[in-house]
Amino acid sequence: MTTVANSVEQKKGFGATLWDWLTTVDHKKIGILYLIGGGFFFVLGGIEALMIRLQLLIPNNDFVSAGFFNELITMHGTTMIFLAAMPLLFGFMNFIMPLQIGARDVAFPFINSLGFWMFFLGGLFLNLSWFLDAAPDAGWTSYASLSIASPGHGIDFYAIGLQIAGAGTLMGGINFLITIINMRAPGMTYMRMPLFTWTTFIASALILFAFPPLTIGLFFLTFDRMFGANFFDHTMGGNTIIWEHIFWIFGHPEVYILILPAFGIFSEIFSTFSRKRLFGYSAMVFATVLIGFLGFMVWAHHMFTVGLGPTANAIFAVATMAIAVPTGVKIFNWLLTIWGGSIKITTPMLYALGFIPSFVMGGVTGVQQGAAPLDYQLHDSYFIVAHFHYVIVGGVVLGILAATHYWWPKMFGTMLSEKLGKVTFWFFFIGFHMTFFLQHFLGLMGMPRRVWTFMDGQGWNLFNAISTVGAILMGIATIVLIINIIITTAKNERIGNDPWEDGRTLEWAIPSPPPFYNFAQTPLVRGLDTYWIEKQEGHNGYTAAEPVTDIHMPNGSIIPFFMTLGLFIAGFGAMYRIEHSWGLAVLIFGLAFTFLMMAIRSVKDDLGFYVTKEQIRRMERGRN
Amino acid sequence: MMKGLKKWRLVTLLAALTIILSGCGEEYLSTLLPAGEVGQDQFFLLILTTSIMILVMAVVFTIYFIALAKFRRSKLGDNHIPKQVEGSHKLEFIWTAIPILLVIIMAVPTVYYTYKLGDVAAMEATDEEGNPENLVVNVTAKLYWWEFEYPEHGIVTSQELVVPTGEKVYFNLISSDVKHSFWIPAVGGKLDTNVENVNKFYLTFDKESKGLEDGVFYGKCAELCGPSHALMDFKVKSMNREDFDNWVAAMKETEGATASADSADAGEAAFANSCLYCHAVSAVGTSGASAPNLATFGDRNRVAGFLEHDKQNTIDWIKDPQKYKPGNLMPAFDSLSDEDLDAIADYLLELKVEE
Repeated sequence: MTTVANSVEQKKGFGATLWDWLTTVDHKKIGILYLIGGGFFFVLGGIEALMIRLQLLIPNNDFVSAGFFNELITMHGTTMIFLAAMPLLFGFMNFIMPLQIGARDVAFPFINSLGFWMFFLGGLFLNLSWFLDAAPDAGWTSYASLSIASPGHGIDFYAIGLQIAGAGTLMGGINFLITIINMRAPGMTYMRMPLFTWTTFIASALILFAFPPLTIGLFFLTFDRMFGANFFDHTMGGNTIIWEHIFWIFGHPEVYILILPAFGIFSEIFSTFSRKRLFGYSAMVFATVLIGFLGFMVWAHHMFTVGLGPTANAIFAVATMAIAVPTGVKIFNWLLTIWGGSIKITTPMLYALGFIPSFVMGGVTGVQQGAAPLDYQLHDSYFIVAHFHYVIVGGVVLGILAATHYWWPKMFGTMLSEKLGKVTFWFFFIGFHMTFFLQHFLGLMGMPRRVWTFMDGQGWNLFNAISTVGAILMGIATIVLIINIIITTAKNERIGNDPWEDGRTLEWAIPSPPPFYNFAQTPLVRGLDTYWIEKQEGHNGYTAAEPVTDIHMPNGSIIPFFMTLGLFIAGFGAMYRIEHSWGLAVLIFGLAFTFLMMAIRSVKDDLGFYVTKEQIRRMERGRN
Repeated sequence: MMKGLKKWRLVTLLAALTIILSGCGEEYLSTLLPAGEVGQDQFFLLILTTSIMILVMAVVFTIYFIALAKFRRSKLGDNHIPKQVEGSHKLEFIWTAIPILLVIIMAVPTVYYTYKLGDVAAMEATDEEGNPENLVVNVTAKLYWWEFEYPEHGIVTSQELVVPTGEKVYFNLISSDVKHSFWIPAVGGKLDTNVENVNKFYLTFDKESKGLEDGVFYGKCAELCGPSHALMDFKVKSMNREDFDNWVAAMKETEGATASADSADAGEAAFANSCLYCHAVSAVGTSGASAPNLATFGDRNRVAGFLEHDKQNTIDWIKDPQKYKPGNLMPAFDSLSDEDLDAIADYLLELKVEE
């Protein structure tokens, strides 16, 4: 009973609030935690990016040193991919996906919490390298010969930090998969699932298959560096190219793990703000599956210059170009969704509209790089830097910003300022193109990537200077967004279930923010765009599939946090084991603590609690 | 207001023009001004794919802007509910089939050139007398310098690659420490220098480097290899076959050259005492040295691959190499007297094989 009372909004002390967030297993709260964690790392990675661009503002600059610059690029890439983009998307998946399929939570709430804490403490571990030793400096790809040669503990922080964070991601992915397979509301067939749920599903399947290779690669690296193994030491029979294969067998699907959810977000937004059903829904689903599948077939296009030979290069070149086809299908279906619609340019829609030209540009340069012989010129030049930023910033980050504005009212019950949202968009959009468009040409003009500085007289000065100014504009955009969030939170003007008035999917049929049990009654889904169908028939809300019954909910638990803490401590032990005698003890203690927590979890039965019918009725009445 | 707008337009136009004009880069460095067949093949693919991609973008942007202009809620009214179209099999077919065709158009030359540029069968070819038919250069990448060995001629040089024009030059590439990547942007694409295996490819140099601004093409390391990755430049001198043969002959003449500690030349003596342990001054030999061969130091275009080639930079470099190329393996010789440094620099700048 006390748990229920706690869940109903009431004033709590700081300690109680903190405890609540540390122990929560509610998918909505974990979603918000992911957004806070991911947002923090996004700002951190952004600051690193600004320092990179400031260093490259003028030739022969000495704003940062050569070694520090390599730490900056490594941490910028690693942070943005693993600790910002993915967690931010996970935040939306966590919060929105169960609502879209009419579920009360994810399949394994405990694992969900564990996944978050592993991401967060793994990310923290990685970033502590700034203070404890030196940050990793072998690039986010951490290619073996350099990462094995790198002195200090930087790469150790990379290997262990990503191992912990990556395990969390893997858990999250499996959790989403099982949730979508098992927990859809009655009538929510696969082919009625909103596109965001579909893309979450496919991205999670990609995580399931892509993260184990990363785990293995990182273990190899850990054992090479910390336990005297020789997986990557060619003088001892190891091989560095193996790392490249393992990394990209993970790394290429990773790109699709990031972009597919963004595709899902844009599909929702285009359809909502065009007031029109998504054009070619089944083709969109099929294209998503196909992109996911082909995503595993093309990893070696990151390695055209490694010397794999013409046959391997030709096969991977053609496979890479083939991905353009399903991606093109998606672009045209989006265009035909807005075609004939009633387009309302809200902030989320503005991001979606900005995404089309940006992402198309990133896509076409991808096809160009798929042409292996041409890639011999483009690879590891600034062209590739431009390309992947067009895809990741022009696709994923615009998607995340769009989702932030689109779902903010659902998550927090108050609307972000549309005016400031549009200011953010224009600063970001112009800054983005300014930063990265000219980098294509810098690459073609012979500028290699990951260069700490460049000499005068190579014809690169002007474009680099313009690029830096663009980066500053993106920085301003981020500041405006943060101001927007602060102002909105301070004002706290409450809004209703469907603040955009054109909501089509189930999450808009329930209050904003949703009650902790999501749906008072499990909804009955009668077609694609359930809520739109209900609204067209004059209903307010959703059709229930069952009478009001007691709802079974899980209890919160501190164990996920403690389990992760044990691994976090063990990581330091593994790393300092060689030079400090206490290292081994700390390693054993950390692992033992984690196992103890796992044992407690296994032995202690926690059957959760019930929210009774009367309580639900009372709470629902209080809302209306 | 109008006047301000016009001025603004002019500024924008000028800015755009500047960008376009400077968009091709420098002749000695840019992939957009290819100076060899390999680079030209790659440039052809660039133009082909760019044309197709601009076509695709034109179609997408046209539909996009028309839709954006026509179907605005502000025009259609707030109460307008559009028809809920499910999709169209005909359209889905069209935008699947046409991209497949476009991909095929790009895939065919891609596969062709992949095999063409990957063909190193002629590398081992010999004529009737058993002499190699083609020039082969063994490239070894090291932290942060390049060693070029000419096995047929028994000579070795560093930092500046010398090649004949108008013929295929084959390369064996390897690294002796961490992975690097060998790239001469204006001549052709890159190939990695792995630590465990030799990579082979060829380039052709159509243009003599003499006419270029610095008299050399710029070469780059394209794979992150540590703090001084950005400074791991090398230079390429391409010359006609006759000049090249003369150069080889001059290189061979340095056989047995060494520096003597007893020399009357103070520079040579100091060099022998402090530098000779790592740096050879004879160009005859094989690769595998721990430091760059200096037999052609006086001919070079840059100190350490990137600094202006003058006496002061030579002295500064010897005094404190870490200051200029952090992470390189040369120790600092700050204990040498200023006179010695001065003499060494003079001696080095006189080490030449070219006229």
